[in-house]
Amino acid sequence: MVTFAIASHAIDADAATQPVDKSVSPDEVGGFISIDARGQVTIYSGKVELGTGAVTAIAQIAAEELCVALDRVTMIQGDTQLTPNQGPTYASLTIQDGGMQIRRAAATARNALLQRAADKLKVAKDTLTARDGVVTSRTGGDKLSYPQLIGEQQLAMKIDPAATLKDPKDYTIVGTSVPRRDIPAKIFGTFNFVQDHKLPGMLHARVVHPAGVRSTLQSFDDTACRKIKGYVRAVRKGNLLAVVATNEWAAITASKAIVASWSDWTGLPVESQLYEYVRSSKVDRNEVLQTAGDTAAGFKQGKRTLQATYDFAMQTHGSIGPSCAVADFKDGRLTVWTPSQASHLLQVQLATMLSLKPENVRCIFVEGAGCYGRNGADDCTSEAAVIAREIGKPVRLQWMRQDEHGWDPKGPPVVLDYRASIDDQGQITAWESDMFMPEQPFKRSGVTLLAAVLAGLPKMPLPGSATPHSGLGIPYALPNNKLTVHWLLDTPLPSAWIRAPGNTQNTFGNETFLDEIAAATGVDPFEIRVRHLKDSRGLEVLERLRALAKWEPRGSRPRDAGAIARGRGVTYSKYESVRTYVAVVADVTVDRTTGRIKVDRVFVVHDCGQIINPDGLRNQIEGNVVQTVSRSVVEKVTFNRSAVTSLNWGSYPILTFPNVPEVVIDLIDRPNEVPWGVGEPTTSLIPSAIANAVYDATGVWVRSVPFRPAQVLAVLKLSKPG
Amino acid sequence: MTATIKLTVNGKAVVLKVDDPSMPLLYALRDQLGLHGMHFGCGLAQCGACTVHYYGEALRSCVMPVSAVADAEIVTLEGLGTAEKPHPVQQAFIDEQAAQCGYCINGMIMQAAAFLATTKRPTEDQIRQALAGNLCKCGTHVRILRAVMRAAEKMA
Repeated sequence: MVTFAIASHAIDADAATQPVDKSVSPDEVGGFISIDARGQVTIYSGKVELGTGAVTAIAQIAAEELCVALDRVTMIQGDTQLTPNQGPTYASLTIQDGGMQIRRAAATARNALLQRAADKLKVAKDTLTARDGVVTSRTGGDKLSYPQLIGEQQLAMKIDPAATLKDPKDYTIVGTSVPRRDIPAKIFGTFNFVQDHKLPGMLHARVVHPAGVRSTLQSFDDTACRKIKGYVRAVRKGNLLAVVATNEWAAITASKAIVASWSDWTGLPVESQLYEYVRSSKVDRNEVLQTAGDTAAGFKQGKRTLQATYDFAMQTHGSIGPSCAVADFKDGRLTVWTPSQASHLLQVQLATMLSLKPENVRCIFVEGAGCYGRNGADDCTSEAAVIAREIGKPVRLQWMRQDEHGWDPKGPPVVLDYRASIDDQGQITAWESDMFMPEQPFKRSGVTLLAAVLAGLPKMPLPGSATPHSGLGIPYALPNNKLTVHWLLDTPLPSAWIRAPGNTQNTFGNETFLDEIAAATGVDPFEIRVRHLKDSRGLEVLERLRALAKWEPRGSRPRDAGAIARGRGVTYSKYESVRTYVAVVADVTVDRTTGRIKVDRVFVVHDCGQIINPDGLRNQIEGNVVQTVSRSVVEKVTFNRSAVTSLNWGSYPILTFPNVPEVVIDLIDRPNEVPWGVGEPTTSLIPSAIANAVYDATGVWVRSVPFRPAQVLAVLKLSKPG
Repeated sequence: MTATIKLTVNGKAVVLKVDDPSMPLLYALRDQLGLHGMHFGCGLAQCGACTVHYYGEALRSCVMPVSAVADAEIVTLEGLGTAEKPHPVQQAFIDEQAAQCGYCINGMIMQAAAFLATTKRPTEDQIRQALAGNLCKCGTHVRILRAVMRAAEKMA
């Protein structure tokens, strides 16, 4: 049942002033929507703003479907006391799932308000229209505003899953490039990031993380800290060690002054043997995720076999702002202000860790720096929660740079093997791939809170049964095809998802190997894709890309002979095999003398169905491209036998302005289709687009992400005769 | 030993009492003056999120001891311009919607504003070089470049 609560707030609504008794049911209109006596609308979104513009887009969806002006809409995000649980803000589902829940809630509300107006005016509902929060008869006459219609008699209703939606031809807000609502405050320095969040009487903490990933704390001595003005105390809970001070700098100084003695721990593999370690890790089980025909028979039909192995490095999320959280533990209740992508999941995790009932834990989302998946946000929040309980005062914990680089859960290393058989006519008679990746987080989708691990506190069990991992595999119709995933029980460092997890690695292997076959059989890379694609939307994307990039068949110009070699590569994907279509051409320059790859230009054609905000979509595609060029050519976590050694931007470099490519985008809008996710699909295509372009330029394959100069020089050297 | 340090911040004279004169300027601005345009990013002058203007030049406030900038003129993002009276670089960032998470954007704007104050009509390559020490992980670079080009035209 939806209640239209009377609420009053400005754009920057303070969650503390919100009604505590509102519905948070995802089945009720009142879970998501309230309209106050002035006609101001508040949307309660379980999905949050992680820097992608998604919350502006959700506001557009809500305003459009409710028929109110966009500036009447206030957004409340990710507060376990106020917003329905819509699942974490991940997997490119914010608009596709979360936005559509809110669209249906808004449509239900609009239809109910029209019906009320029809009853009051004693006219047929279909003679009425709603505009700017006012219901008017098409024939003129009386008007009724939403507050007049709501009045004292609150609307209380379930969301109607079949509620009549507005016809996209009548859209005035969805489909337009509305400016993002958060950007001005970020430009003028008035935005409240979680790093800026303050509570009265708040203390500042810093953690001192272990010397080795699983080192134990033998002893500590904070004598030197006591000379620091503002130092309050150390907090130790098992292997969780923190210092607390009245001001931030004193906390930082104390974290450097405290002397901690950690046990030796050297359980990490040798970095140079990482991929052998992955390949030899214990397999929980093998799972065939895609199959067609009979690959064994296909291999017999073929005349020659191609094979290749691809590696994908361990990477960090690399948020520019280290994780930060504010926690307050009072009267047996915990409140945290957190940049977590998953307020509701975190609520249960924190409750388990502290042996509290979930209703005694409130998680309030406050924006942090971009996270691109599960970065250190939840772990930092968990540490702040433990510290707050220990000291009984509100506390702000911000990680230092080495904490974020060293302790955010990593994108794990992945290895992929491919084999294909080719017949006399150059047809692919069999295609087999094997993917080695860890079960956690990809299959048993849980990440344990760091504070629970360090402090030896209860951990929320991971899902008992494995969840199906959908969507991996090739988008092409090959007669005999099999993808087997070897789910590994272990991976070197605590891991989580980084943008397009699994799909990025899988698409890298698929699309590079397809180009290897194209090269071996003398087929143009565009042609081999078009030839095996049986999907009209996919083909349209490829044909539009061919025109956008002015693609000329491979081999139509001689390879550059000198030190500088230019090339281009194409890739295609239907994300998770079921949604957003993307195709990419990358233009690269390879310096044969230094081994350096520069990505000069990236062309993207993108079909995600209905586009909510074209400029927001372009912003996301540009971000996907630039960030993944960085991941493809630069980024790699380094480590010794004890811990991560790439602890800052010197040892974990990322792409910088001089090397940022031009990005050329062509959007396909289909207003009458559902809007699919856009936060990840383009990411999955970038590594293979670059690898294929490097081959075009040089005639050699780079098969290990990132494609750093040493690798390029090594493969170039191998390819030289003699 | 508490030290007294005088500064001019965003045109106003301020007097700070600091317990540790080696404390970076960042913490004086954020925690004592309540400004939060600039942010802690790395504490190593590697990323630029903490950038302020020191006599008009871009300065990484996360590594500069507050005692070393005594009596200086400091301008922060809040002092560069406001919603009512935006600096051309700020206006250009809004016009180009040049932000994703926005955590690095303070540094991008402050670095670009300092650069454009002394370099008229820069080429795109010059802008890329000027921003080479500012990191963004969201991949907003192509918009930031467009915004700085746009501001450069306005400021020429």
